[in-house]
Amino acid sequence: MTDNFGRVLTGTHFMLGNHAVVEGALAAGCNFFAGYPITPANEISEHMAARMPLVGGKFLQSEDELCSIFSVTGASLAGAKAMTATASAGFNYMQEGIGYAVAAEIPCVIVDVQRCRGENYATQADVMQMRWGASGDYETIVLAPLSVQELFDHTIKAFNLAEKYRIPVIVMSETTIALMREKLVIPEPEAMEIINRKKPDVPPEEFLPFKAGPDGVPPLPDFGEGYRILHSLNPHDERGSIHWDPDVFDSMYKRIIGKTNHHRDEIIETEAFFLDEAEIVLIAYGSECRPALDAVQHARAKGIKAGLLRLITVWPVPEKEIRAVAEQASAILAVEMNIGKYAGEIERVSAGLCKVVRVIKNQGLIHTSNELCAAIERMVS
Amino acid sequence: MLKTSPLRRYLREGSLPHFFCPGCGAAQIMNFFLRAADEIDLDFDKLVAIGGVGCTARIPVYLNAEALHGIHGRTLPWTTGIKLHNPDLKVVIFAGDGDAAAIGGNHFIQAARRNLDVTMIVVNNLNFAMTGGQVAPTTLQELTTTTTPYGNREMPFDLCQLAITAGATFVSRWNTYRSRRAINAIKKALQHKGFAMVEIVSQCPINFGRRALGTGDPSKGVQWIEERSVTVEKAGKLPEEELSRKFVLGNFIEKHKPVFKGSSVYEVEGE
Repeated sequence: MTDNFGRVLTGTHFMLGNHAVVEGALAAGCNFFAGYPITPANEISEHMAARMPLVGGKFLQSEDELCSIFSVTGASLAGAKAMTATASAGFNYMQEGIGYAVAAEIPCVIVDVQRCRGENYATQADVMQMRWGASGDYETIVLAPLSVQELFDHTIKAFNLAEKYRIPVIVMSETTIALMREKLVIPEPEAMEIINRKKPDVPPEEFLPFKAGPDGVPPLPDFGEGYRILHSLNPHDERGSIHWDPDVFDSMYKRIIGKTNHHRDEIIETEAFFLDEAEIVLIAYGSECRPALDAVQHARAKGIKAGLLRLITVWPVPEKEIRAVAEQASAILAVEMNIGKYAGEIERVSAGLCKVVRVIKNQGLIHTSNELCAAIERMVS
Repeated sequence: MLKTSPLRRYLREGSLPHFFCPGCGAAQIMNFFLRAADEIDLDFDKLVAIGGVGCTARIPVYLNAEALHGIHGRTLPWTTGIKLHNPDLKVVIFAGDGDAAAIGGNHFIQAARRNLDVTMIVVNNLNFAMTGGQVAPTTLQELTTTTTPYGNREMPFDLCQLAITAGATFVSRWNTYRSRRAINAIKKALQHKGFAMVEIVSQCPINFGRRALGTGDPSKGVQWIEERSVTVEKAGKLPEEELSRKFVLGNFIEKHKPVFKGSSVYEVEGE
């Protein structure tokens, strides 16, 4: 075991999901965290408060979630790798800051440990809010881990994507995994890929702060490096000047949305289980993939050709992967822990190709594998 | 030939003309700030100028500095993140009374409590000007605005008293008529380490003047404010009832306390 003063605690641990988020963030180089107390995300703040000062970073217990997200965007522009964490009710307040981070292209990571409205039971009810919760147009990146290990891994991945594309990235956590203890293996620092934002390679007088190369991502200097950039929510041209012009506005958001849309193949990750010749395919994300995989294995043991497509990236929608499943299967079961929200996306992508059945549970409880097994069996009986 | 003001070099190239109405106090206060900055040789490479949303919030857009703009009321959270990560940056906030006292009110109290190291210039024009002249938490009682057509029935905020009570370490209030006092207060605030607020009561001829005062004449707006202004030295002799309709001017407080470095800081003894 490494001592508790190190940034990367290489080794094998038995760790709480919320703590794994913190260790992942620190491994990614996070040096600013702000959070407001809220269950079931408190262990993230508490662990950050203990760990961050030991590795030279800053911890803020904010007065509200607006302060969390805006202090994160401020710190990020000052050069920090910054993160905040909250739970559903607090995630509401952060939408304003997420919208700002999208428009001003500020890298940051937001962890939402989803909980039922007014209670701390399990849910995936924020899935749509994560996509378009803020006003204005944008496409975001949302990752859905399913284990303590993945809470660690995906927090690093979220920082990498945020830094690479200058966008806010959301880690979709859930009560189920956040408050679970599991084995966590933290690799050596050299074994982890860490991406940091692109910096300008020209002096301030030649620099156009919102002009991007072919990847659509403009380099981002830190405050105080002499570039004197205006970071506004208002529509701005390549110089950063506030400028209202229908074409400027249109091209600004084409580029901002293009950062996600033109890199779908690099961003999107899915995992396929037993998809060979599968006729009934479950599509799930987050902790629901755990009982879903169990159910598929049970069904296979019974001779039913079932499979699972796991969405690691929930937004942008893995359309190619979902469509491939729809072309192959006779039916898709859209498994979700809410009233049935992402199912609409699956139905859209597989329209006319195969039948989509919604398998939903909105009781503050994860599906059991028996329930999902029964859902599969109903399709063949 | 027209002579260019030497202060022009502090403005972002191509950012003029500004969008302020003729006679607006916010434009005047931008000038106060530039004079103060010039007199103390403020390093604009290390300056982050922040505005939220509103007329005053536009000031940073014109300054040749790092700038944040476009979200109403979140100027202090931005500052908190910036200053915790890089304490060497100088952050100056330009906030209207709506930004500071209404939507950003809680941030204002908390940042003052923490003694966050920031200079906050509050342009108090007594109404929500950019949106058309609605009542603000700073509007005096009985005044007519677009949302108080029968006279304001709310009690106004005293932002300076609020800041002092919350823990600010430099607090000052002047008006646009007393320009030299205002500039000097801004200079002191810029040189202060800790939460420094300068409130400047300011005329808004178009949206406040025309509706609340019955005149869009900027000089009459300035005069109306000055007639209701009293220095803190003289204010002590006035009855409370009369004081509630006055703007008390002065440098109220200047003291030194440790500045905010984070909620959880690990310091080894002896280091």
